[in-house]
Amino acid sequence: MAYEEVKVRKPLGLILLPFFSIFCFFGAWELIVRLGIVPATMLAAPSAVGNLFVEKLTNPNPDGATILVHAWVSMQEAFLGYLLALGIGLPLGLFMGWFGVVRGIARPIFELIRPIPPIAWIPLTVFWFGIGLWGKVFIIWLGGVVPCVINAFVGVRMTNPTLIQMARTYGASDWQIFKTLCVPSALPMVFGALQIALASCWTNLVAAELLAADQGLGYLITMGRRLALPDMVVLGMVSVGVMGALIGMVIDQVEKRLLAGIRR
Amino acid sequence: MTAKIECRHISKVFIQKGKQRVHVLEDISLAVRNNEFLVILGPGQSGKSTLLRIIAGLETPSEGQVLLDGRPVTGPGPDRGLVFQSYMLFPWKTVFGNVELGPRLRGVPREERRRIAQHYIELVGLGGFEKHYPHQLSGGMKQRVGIARAYANNPQVMLLDEPFGQLDAQTRYFMEKETARIWETEKRTVLFVTNNIDEAIFLGDRIVTLKGKLPGRMDRLWEVNLPRPREHTDMAFLKLRHTITAACELTL
Repeated sequence: MAYEEVKVRKPLGLILLPFFSIFCFFGAWELIVRLGIVPATMLAAPSAVGNLFVEKLTNPNPDGATILVHAWVSMQEAFLGYLLALGIGLPLGLFMGWFGVVRGIARPIFELIRPIPPIAWIPLTVFWFGIGLWGKVFIIWLGGVVPCVINAFVGVRMTNPTLIQMARTYGASDWQIFKTLCVPSALPMVFGALQIALASCWTNLVAAELLAADQGLGYLITMGRRLALPDMVVLGMVSVGVMGALIGMVIDQVEKRLLAGIRR
Repeated sequence: MTAKIECRHISKVFIQKGKQRVHVLEDISLAVRNNEFLVILGPGQSGKSTLLRIIAGLETPSEGQVLLDGRPVTGPGPDRGLVFQSYMLFPWKTVFGNVELGPRLRGVPREERRRIAQHYIELVGLGGFEKHYPHQLSGGMKQRVGIARAYANNPQVMLLDEPFGQLDAQTRYFMEKETARIWETEKRTVLFVTNNIDEAIFLGDRIVTLKGKLPGRMDRLWEVNLPRPREHTDMAFLKLRHTITAACELTL
């Protein structure tokens, strides 16, 4: 009666479609600039951005660092902020979902702070941390922690109440129910939070660097504007986009591994 | 002989939307003997699930009390294992993980747990499916997991709430046979709620019929003195079926 393992292959067309889509996107963009529909002083063609990218791999001028250094600095800031957001936001949200006392204490404060956009914190942040690493980390953290708390909270609240009753008939304690039932059933929402928080962190990274930085991808964009170099602006934007997408894909893979039983 | 479970004058009134009173059960008194298979038979809306949930300790009766071995029931506990109509398996746990859940929550050591879970997985006929997730199983197999899980916690009383309500007719018939077999292999006090008269006669030592339409009230107690294993087409079976059908209204 056991099930037989078979391989199911996607049609080739469906596998190639995303590549085709990307190709068309860049092709159209290149044409728009080449044909002069948008002047090169306002938008850089992909080929120009590509050339600059190759050059910036080794040349720190005119903005003071190579592209890899910018990317590395941004990664550090984003990951510190992101990890701190996960480390604080997820447990807080999970506890808020299951324990009434935590909910009662934390929720009103959270609801007050939540609507303030992280960018509004930049002036205070500069007073507190200066323009160094930790100021930016704080802004990024603010952006990431909100979706973490909300998703983890909602995930726990959506735990099937009959499953909770069932666990009670097995003599499970509150803490056991939280650990073995609420947390696993909140996982899909938590993984949603990983993605949303990452997007939010990455967005705020650029915002934070636009204002106060001397290195990083956001700084690269700012310098491109100051020096009137559209290819540098676009290079910064594309780098932010590509790195964000790559990190998103990694998280997606981790999610699939961990949630084998929940998604079908 | 003293009763394993005794319900004394149980009534239940739910308050709906803050002000509406819904009278679900009225003056239910019954005694369940040790290792007896007692079926509670009633139409939909007769409060039979509520009665089971009160015995499980998930609801408190508005009046009266439930005694287990002479002690009043105050909440849910591992001495009563509940099997739900909607299976209620943990979707992220394998068959094995679901069955070993009860012992794990009680802190039974790993090796012991493994042995218990394996034993009951074999008992319900799911050997070879230990590593499957619930969504890979059919309805009948899911409910086998539900039964194995309840058994694995070694309860004194098994409470089954219309466990086969979601199954198709053939699977249901098959699962009834399996339930009888499992119960005869490892006897427990069983309270089995159903709206299906064939299921009731096939499984029960005794049958309690409830009157339909809320509030649910006790109708009668029937002794099923048929030898096991029973046959749905047996003359005595059909005769009893006829008698019970004539005596109560089983439709809503």
